[in-house]
Amino acid sequence: MPHTQHPIEILRFNTCGSVDDGKSTLIGRLLYDSKSLMEDQVEALEKSADITGGGQINLANLTDGLRAEREQGITIDVAYRYFATPKRKFIVADTPGHVQYTRNMVTGASTANLSIVLVDARQGVIEQTRRHTFIAAMLGIPHLVIAINKMDLVEWRQERFQEIRDEIEDFLPKLDVFRDVKFIPISALHGDNVVDVSKFTPWYEGPTLLAHLENVHIASDWNLNAFRFPVQWVNRPNNPTDPMLHDFRGLSGQIASGIVRKGQQVAVLPGCIKTTIKDIWTYDGSLAEAFCPQSVTICLEHDIDISRGDIIVGLDSLPGMGSALRARICWMSTRPLQAGKRYFLKHGAQTLQAVVTQVEGRINMETLDLEPGPTEFRANDIGVIGLKTAKPLVYDGYTTNRLTGSFILIEQGTNATVAAGMLFPPLEVVKPEYTDFAI
Amino acid sequence: MSSYHLDHLQYLETEAIHIMREVAGEFERPALLFSGGKDSICLLRLSEKAFRPSDLPMPFLNIETGHEFPELIEFRDRRAKELGAKLIVRTVDEAIQKGWATPARGEISRNKLQIPALLGAIEEFQFDCAIGGARRDEEKARAKERFFSFRDSFGQWDPKAQRPEIWNLYNARVNPGENMRVFPLSNWTEMDVWQYIKKEHLAVPTIYFSHERECFRRGGQWIPVPPPHADATKPDPYAGARPKPTEPLKQLVVRVRTIADMISTGMIESPADSVDDIIGEVSAARVTERGTRADDKASEAAMEDRKKAGYF
Ligand SMILES: Nc1nc2c(ncn2[C@@H]2O[C@H](COP(=O)(O)OP(=O)(O)O)[C@@H](O)[C@H]2O)c(=O)[nH]1
Ligand SMILES: [Mg+2]
Repeated sequence: MPHTQHPIEILRFNTCGSVDDGKSTLIGRLLYDSKSLMEDQVEALEKSADITGGGQINLANLTDGLRAEREQGITIDVAYRYFATPKRKFIVADTPGHVQYTRNMVTGASTANLSIVLVDARQGVIEQTRRHTFIAAMLGIPHLVIAINKMDLVEWRQERFQEIRDEIEDFLPKLDVFRDVKFIPISALHGDNVVDVSKFTPWYEGPTLLAHLENVHIASDWNLNAFRFPVQWVNRPNNPTDPMLHDFRGLSGQIASGIVRKGQQVAVLPGCIKTTIKDIWTYDGSLAEAFCPQSVTICLEHDIDISRGDIIVGLDSLPGMGSALRARICWMSTRPLQAGKRYFLKHGAQTLQAVVTQVEGRINMETLDLEPGPTEFRANDIGVIGLKTAKPLVYDGYTTNRLTGSFILIEQGTNATVAAGMLFPPLEVVKPEYTDFAI
Repeated sequence: MSSYHLDHLQYLETEAIHIMREVAGEFERPALLFSGGKDSICLLRLSEKAFRPSDLPMPFLNIETGHEFPELIEFRDRRAKELGAKLIVRTVDEAIQKGWATPARGEISRNKLQIPALLGAIEEFQFDCAIGGARRDEEKARAKERFFSFRDSFGQWDPKAQRPEIWNLYNARVNPGENMRVFPLSNWTEMDVWQYIKKEHLAVPTIYFSHERECFRRGGQWIPVPPPHADATKPDPYAGARPKPTEPLKQLVVRVRTIADMISTGMIESPADSVDDIIGEVSAARVTERGTRADDKASEAAMEDRKKAGYF
C-alpha cells in the first residue's frame, strides 16, 4: 500500500554508518518491499542494471541521485525519500558514510526522530560506527536502531550478532541519551528482517525494521515543556483604513517549545519586559492555546518595541542570557577553526557576530573521551569551544531544548556554514527583575 | 496520542510557514514563483498563512515558455488579483529577442530556455531569493536539494558543495549577485499536495480534471494538439509540436497530472473530475508524476543538468 488517505503521524529517520555498510541498499529495500516504488522507477532501475550492473538491480541507485554518486558508487549528499504505510508516513534521509561528508550526515540526522546505524556484520564496530552513534546521541535523537547488516555473509550466526551488540552496549552508557535502542539482524540485500521476517533468524524475537519504525512511540518527541517563541517576522499590516488592521501588531513565528495560552503572562527577552498574551492569531482563526511546533502570530497586551530575533518566553521556566557561551560543535569546514576567529552565529531567528575564545577539547573517536589541548579543529572534528557574542544571547542548554540550544556558525566573506553548535546549559537563568510595562 | 499533536499535513504546513517567514525576515527582495500549477497553489495558501493579515511581502514571478495552457494563464492572473499580489511575467520570447537565450537547432521544447529568462528576471528586479514549489519526491536530483539552495552569480547549483542544513537554522546569507532558491514544499509528496488542496478547499485549474481533448501519441505519451496557428504573418509558435501524418489524432478523456507547458506535458487518460477522485487515483498510481514529463525522460541526469545551469 503505497499511500494512505488519512492524516497520520510522520516519523523522520536517517541511515548512517560507514561506507558500504549498506545504507542506500537498505532504503532501496524498504521502498521496494513496502511497494512504495512506482513502475517507472523500477524500470529505470532495471535499465541501469542492464548497463552497469550485469543484470543485477542495484537498490542503492534509488537514492544515489547525482551523476557523480552513481559513477563512484558512493553517497555524497543526503537524499530524502518518502513512503507511507497504513500506520505512518516516513521521511527518510540516506546519509553518506565517508568521514569527509560528515557535514551531510549531520544535515540528514539533525531533524530525525530516529537514527539507524548500520554495522557490517563481517567488520563489526569500526570508528565510523562510533562516530555516527556519537553524533546521533549528541544531536539528541531520541530513538536508535543498530541494524547489523550483511548477516547473510556471516552464516546468520547469533554469536556474531551478540558479539557486536555487546561491543556497542559497552560504549552506549557513555552516550546515555537515547530513549530506546533496538538491535536488529538484517540483510538489506536479500530483505531479511527489513519488511519481511527472516527464516534464518529463529533466535531473534524482536520486530522487523519496518514493524519497529511503524510502532516506536514518538508522540512525546516534541518539547512541550517551557514556552519559547523566537520572533521571526513582525506582522504589521500597513492599512490605515481598516480599523481592525490599523492597530494590528502581531509577532509571527514558530513555537520552539512549550504551550502558550491566551491571557498568559510572558516575558519578552532580551529586553526583560513582562506582558500578557492578548491573542493567538492564525489565518484559520484565533486560538485559545497553541503548542510546539505550531506557527502562529502572537499579539501582546502592550505595544512594546519588538523585532526579529527577540524571544517571548513563559515565566515558569526561564532561559539563560549571556554573551559568554560554551558549546559542543561539529566542525564542517576544510579551513580549520582557531581561537580568535570571528564568525556569524545564527540562533533562532537572529544572527550576530561571535568570536571563538577558546578551543577546549576534542573528542577522540576511539575512546569517545574529550581530550584537552588541540589548538584548532579540522574538518569533521567534534569538540568543545568557548564563544563570545557581540550581544547577549537568550538560550537554553541543548539537552533541554533542541531549538533554543542550537546554533550554526557562518564564515564571514564566503558565507559558508562551518559549524553546528550545541550549547551547554546556562550557568544562571535570566533574573526576574522585569521592567513591568510602564503605563 | 496527546491532544498537543500535529498530523502529517499540519506538520508539513508549519514547517513550510516557518521557511516562508525566514525568507521574509532574511532577504531584501524575494519573489515567489507562481505558475498556477498545483504545487504553487499550495505555496500561495502557505504564504497567506505565513503573512496575513499583512499584504504578502513579495511579488509573484512567472516565466512563460509561450506554449502555456490558456486555462493556466487565466487561473494564474485571477489568483494573483484575488490575493492582491503583484504578478511579474517574463517570457522566453523576450529572452530570445534580447539575445539571452538561443534556441538549440531542432529542439522544440522551450523548457531549457526558461533558465536564461529566469536569470534575466532575477537580474532585472535584483531578486535575492526565489521561492519555488519543487518537491523532493518528484525526481532524484531534487531529492538531494536543500530547503535553502544557494546559487552563485551565474545562477548555478553545485550539488557537491551544498551548505549543510542543520535543524531549522537556515543560512540565508548571499553576496551581491548571488541568490537563493527556497523550496518550502521539499518534504511534501504528490499525495500531500492533493490532500492539502482538499483540506484547504483550494481551487485548481480545470485541466487537472477530466475533460475531452484531442491528443496524439508521441514518445509514449498522449500530447495535446496545440491551438491552431492564428497569425499567419508570424512563424508558427508550435512548429514541430504539431502532429505529423504518422501520428493520428484521437479524442480522449484526459487530464494532466503535472503541468509543464503544452508540448512537454503528457495527458493521462482519466475519469477523475473531483479532488477526491484525484486522491484516489494518486493512491493507486503505479508510475510517478514525472513519468508523464517529456523533459525528464531525456536522460537519467536530465534534471540534475538543468538545475546546475540555474533551473527552478
Ligand atoms: N551480501 C550482502 N551485501 C550487501 C548487503 N547490504 C548491502 N550489500 C552490498 O554492499 C555494497 C554497499 O552497499 P551500499 O548500500 O551502497 O552501502 P552504503 O555505502 O552504506 O550506502 C553493495 O555492493 C551492496 O550490494 C547485505 O545485506 N548482504
Ligand atoms: Mg550510500
